[in-house]
Amino acid sequence: MSVLDSKIPPGPIESKWTRHKFESKLINPANRRKFEIIIVGSGLAGASAAATLGQLGYKVKCFCYQDSPRRAHSIAAQGGINAAKNYQNDGDSVHRLFYDTVKGGDFRSREANVHRLAEVSVDIIDQCVAQGVPFAREYGGMLANRSFGGAQVSRTFYARGQTGQQLLLGAYSALNTQIAAGNIEMFPRTEMLDLVVVEGQAKGIVTRDMTTGAIRSFAADCVLLATGGYGNVFYLSTNAKGCNATAIHRAYKKGAFMANPCFTQIHPTCIPQSGDYQSKLTLMSESLRNDGRVWVPKKKGDTRAAHEIPEEERDYYLERKYPSYGNLAPRDISSRSAKEACDAGRGVGPGGLGVYLDFADAIQRLGAETIKQRYGNLFDMYHQITGDSAYEGPMRIFPAVHYTMGGLWVDYDLMSNLPGLFVLGEANFSDHGANRLGASALMQGLADGYFVLPYTLGNYLVPQAGNRPSVDHPAFKQAEEEVRARTSTLLGIKGRRSVDSFHRELGLLLWDLCGMGRSEKSLKRALARIPTLRDEFWKNVNVSGQNEEMNQALEKAGRVADFLEFGELMCLDALERRESCGGHFREEYQTKDGEALRDDENFAHVAAWEFKGDRQPPVRNKEQLTFESVKLATRSYK
Amino acid sequence: MNLFTFFWKSSIGKKWLVAITGLIWVGYVIGHLLGNLQVFLGPEPINEYAAFLHSIPVGLWIARIVLIAALVLHIVLTIKLTVENRAARPERYQKRAYVQATLASRTMMLSGPLVLAFIIFHLLHFTTRDINRDYRTWVDGAGNTDVYRMLIAGFSSPLISGFYALAVVLLCIHLSHGFSSLAQTLGINSKKTMSLLSTGGRILSVLVAIGYLSVPAAVLFGGMGKAYKTERERLPVAINSTANQ
Amino acid sequence: MNLHLKVWRQKSANAEGRLVDYEARNIPEDCSFLEMLDIVNEDLQAKGDEPIAFDHDCREGICGTCSLTINGIAHGPSATTTCQLYMRKFKEGETIYVEPFRARAFPVMRDLVTDRGSLDRCQQAGGYVTAAVGSAPDGNAIPVSKGKADLAMEAAACIGCGACVAACPNGSAMLFVGAKVAHLAYLPQGQPERDRRVLSMVRQMDKEGFGNCSNYYECEAVCPAEIPAIVITKLNREYAVASLKDTIGAA
Ligand SMILES: Cc1cc2nc3c(=O)[nH]c(=O)nc-3n(C[C@H](O)[C@H](O)[C@H](O)COP(=O)(O)OP(=O)(O)OC[C@H]3O[C@@H](n4cnc5c(N)ncnc54)[C@H](O)[C@@H]3O)c2cc1C
Ligand code: HEM
Ligand code: HEM
Ligand code: SF4
Ligand code: F3S
Ligand code: FES
Repeated sequence: MSVLDSKIPPGPIESKWTRHKFESKLINPANRRKFEIIIVGSGLAGASAAATLGQLGYKVKCFCYQDSPRRAHSIAAQGGINAAKNYQNDGDSVHRLFYDTVKGGDFRSREANVHRLAEVSVDIIDQCVAQGVPFAREYGGMLANRSFGGAQVSRTFYARGQTGQQLLLGAYSALNTQIAAGNIEMFPRTEMLDLVVVEGQAKGIVTRDMTTGAIRSFAADCVLLATGGYGNVFYLSTNAKGCNATAIHRAYKKGAFMANPCFTQIHPTCIPQSGDYQSKLTLMSESLRNDGRVWVPKKKGDTRAAHEIPEEERDYYLERKYPSYGNLAPRDISSRSAKEACDAGRGVGPGGLGVYLDFADAIQRLGAETIKQRYGNLFDMYHQITGDSAYEGPMRIFPAVHYTMGGLWVDYDLMSNLPGLFVLGEANFSDHGANRLGASALMQGLADGYFVLPYTLGNYLVPQAGNRPSVDHPAFKQAEEEVRARTSTLLGIKGRRSVDSFHRELGLLLWDLCGMGRSEKSLKRALARIPTLRDEFWKNVNVSGQNEEMNQALEKAGRVADFLEFGELMCLDALERRESCGGHFREEYQTKDGEALRDDENFAHVAAWEFKGDRQPPVRNKEQLTFESVKLATRSYK
Repeated sequence: MNLFTFFWKSSIGKKWLVAITGLIWVGYVIGHLLGNLQVFLGPEPINEYAAFLHSIPVGLWIARIVLIAALVLHIVLTIKLTVENRAARPERYQKRAYVQATLASRTMMLSGPLVLAFIIFHLLHFTTRDINRDYRTWVDGAGNTDVYRMLIAGFSSPLISGFYALAVVLLCIHLSHGFSSLAQTLGINSKKTMSLLSTGGRILSVLVAIGYLSVPAAVLFGGMGKAYKTERERLPVAINSTANQ
Repeated sequence: MNLHLKVWRQKSANAEGRLVDYEARNIPEDCSFLEMLDIVNEDLQAKGDEPIAFDHDCREGICGTCSLTINGIAHGPSATTTCQLYMRKFKEGETIYVEPFRARAFPVMRDLVTDRGSLDRCQQAGGYVTAAVGSAPDGNAIPVSKGKADLAMEAAACIGCGACVAACPNGSAMLFVGAKVAHLAYLPQGQPERDRRVLSMVRQMDKEGFGNCSNYYECEAVCPAEIPAIVITKLNREYAVASLKDTIGAA
């Protein structure tokens, strides 16, 4: 078992980061130009890192699979971004944000990282405002805030219902300044298919040009992955269609450890699925829970229309079970409660897979106009998709896969156990533990890219000066060959089943067996079925066309092939974590009233999986978590 | 940046020049209309007005040069723009639909040249008076050029009146887009005035058309000036014409 | 429902393209236009044909990746993105033309996929506020009136889809460029680079081969982000003022 050194700086938690910044190695401006950096991903994490490193004078190459860096899936975040500004004078502070995040993450995150995140959160807002991000304002011209799930203070900054979009466009514009200045070379429609490791260090990538099919290598002094989450392993999720695990999974197979892959977040407020053809699920921002009340009928199998059900026959179950947080209970709790209600036969809508989110009270209290101002675009979206108006009746919502807390393991410097490989944003196992609080992913992505990595990168780079291999190195040739071989295998199978049909089957399987509730039994079933499905894929998948052209079927096939391996690891991780915490709910481990039962004795650690070969089981390494500033306690939102 | 690159090279500058030259003509069209409406006051006022204008040849020629220059620029630039706009979509859509672009806006390159054709005819008709050279000789009792009689004579022909009416309708169409369009091009729209200006523009262009149409209509259907015309025609040539003076 | 499709197929950027007829059968009314194409593609692949290539990603109307000119209208008959267009908008048995977004600045790469890099290059020319990381003052140090912030937000909502260009009879990108210029011109943070920004963005826009604006307002009608044409007024004004200032050396 390898030893995982998280390199947490010594000293009191409040001064760790300040001290570490001072002790980190610096590179003088003239020398920065000599370093080439590869960044895969142009979302909040990738774009902000690229812009900052470009501005510092490094030579950056940035890659994304979309046709433009502006389309990374960060664009879809709606609700907002947290920051401990305490502009509302409601008792917020860096420490409280830190505390809320550790607690919200159900004590499965690293204290030092979370504290740093809370510290830099305030700088993020300043930086974004300076870029021209049009955050909501009060009449007096000051920044406005709203409250969000899992917090009792208003610390969420927002730009209409399009916060992610505006933050990403801010980062994109910063990226553009550096593209224009010649410090960043941008490679859109280019997919990373492998990581290249030279003498134990990550020194490059192999990519496929999605327009021409050209397989090409790039060498650099270090590689940054900011490729987002793997929620699409479930096929249906709130992620974009192209979101994938390929980059992190390939890195895993090259020696980087995959941490806590079973920590997936199911978002409580999504639009329910309406048929098999459905290709994705749409999130309705959780901010809706500020004014909407969640309920189901008290009676089982009640088929009356919502308005026909009298007040006393409604069960506002969140308000009932969690009186102090009510409808703002954290995501995992809200989602599971919805599942419970539906499992108990009290769900509403087709198949009983839905609960009501009702705005009638809010409309009465604040007027339809105010509600429209706050949530107009969400209500429009709901109407567009379902054909129903949420001004007239309650919305129907259901939980959906939304965010993945797991990801590549990184140390305090955001470097993986594989030297030279840095991982940012949702792609790393991150600061959110077993459950992420709303409005904290945007914060983390930008913290990593703007304020953390630019400081910590030097620690790796300085001793590496002059150590960049060329793409003629045999390691590159070999990686290219492997990629080519894989591609031609996929094209050569010429089977009978489409890529999507495999993806759908895998997704459904995972949702049923490794979704909101998991058990040893279900996970073992999943672990038995996935390899069979994977074998069938490699025998019977149908990928048309050639490599040397734009070939969307081929792109999908490569990603699904990786999901088929990754999904297995996820189930394995879920099986081995014999406790319930945050988004990971093991049915065997719950309290009498159905709450998650953590096992701090045995599981207050990060599980970091080490790849040992295609035919070997992976090894589960541990990073023990210690809690010095926040006392380990049962999470309660009652 | 200099004025040449702005007005001739940049996409937005070119449109500014089209709008400015269009605006000059809009100004003329309105002024000219007000002048023309004097015909309803009888022969003297309009004849005197014409005589007055001709009595300041410098002013007249300055105005004419500005108008001609504006028209030439307007035409050259709109052609240039049209060519560029076609080039910006080399491959057409096989099926094309419009959501809110008005017919007027899509036919500017039709209404414009037809108005030009009319202007040329109109100059030959009433300014150089080549269409009917007799017009050149007509004077009224005060010895002024008899514009009034020329109008009555001209519009007594249903063919000519019809042609004028057609031209005025085309002008109206051109302006119904042109008015609001120039406000947009010159950046004087605001959120509140935008729809106001476009409805206003349409109303104004219809008013202009009605104004212009009222003259041939009054002659053809209202019998305006019929008596005057017969009276002048009955007078010996020596009195109502410059031919024998 | 069943539909007749006429879809633009083009093997590669340089190949000839043409409309090809397809039958879309048993399409649920509640599925989106892209999901309908997914179903058609599944059928095509089952028959051993190559699927229709089209761009898409988020499928929730925000990333701006999806495109398609449907029955002659960019993003089709409801003023949203194609991924948010639902089949209930169509009639049983209808014939639907599906073409790429067409413009010289958007060359077709394959079937319905076009290269919209020209939009990125317009942004790179100046669609930003240069604000080095680390140099920002406190967020509340720059008050912005709610009205201005709302106007800026309205313009900043552009998703960069390029439907405005596709819909404009002139293939003009004025709405797109106007949106960015307006967004930053409304805000105090945008002031220092205000003139420079509009001058270089328009220069780039012209260089990319977009058409001129004739104020047809088709762009506004199809814009899924509801960017109002008033941003074009603003662009016209900003550009003229900046040009004048630049001419006399005051920019
Ligand atoms: C619908 C939705 C709403 C959300 N709302 C909120 C919210 O309100 N508040 C909040 O804090 N968080 C929210 N989140 C979470 C948050 O948006 C994401 O976690 C965060 O934006 C991730 O940013 P990122 O930079 O890590 O990845 P992404 O933005 O996903 O970027 C990934 C990048 O990697 C590239 N990439 C991926 N794979 C490859 C490859 N193989 N080769 C080349 N390039 C590749 C992509 O092109 C892209 O540029 C939301 C998420 C979703 C899905
Ligand atoms: C029915 C409507 C019209 C009438 C009765 C009318 C009448 C006249 C008359 C009488 C003149 C000669 C004035 C003179 O030389 O003393 C004239 C000149 C002219 N008209 Fe009109 N006109 C009409 C419509 C128009 C329209 C629609 C336009 C332009 C779009 C126009 C443009 C001109 C011009 C350019 C001249 C020459 C002015 C000059 O001398 O430089 N007219 N018109
Ligand atoms: C002689 C022939 C004419 C031609 C060929 C012509 C053509 C055009 C065209 C094609 C446009 C649209 C340009 C664009 O938006 O891309 C236009 C605009 C306009 N025209 Fe004309 N036109 C002519 C005469 C006139 C006349 C006589 C007037 C005024 C009386 C006029 C007033 C305008 C105005 C106001 C606009 C709007 C400018 C803008 O969009 O900002 N035009 N013209
Ligand atoms: S202005 Fe509207 S149509 Fe144009 S790119 Fe932006 S969102 Fe798309
Ligand atoms: S449709 Fe085209 S002409 Fe102008 S107003 Fe819009 S860009
Ligand atoms: S796919 Fe993202 S907007 Fe349509």
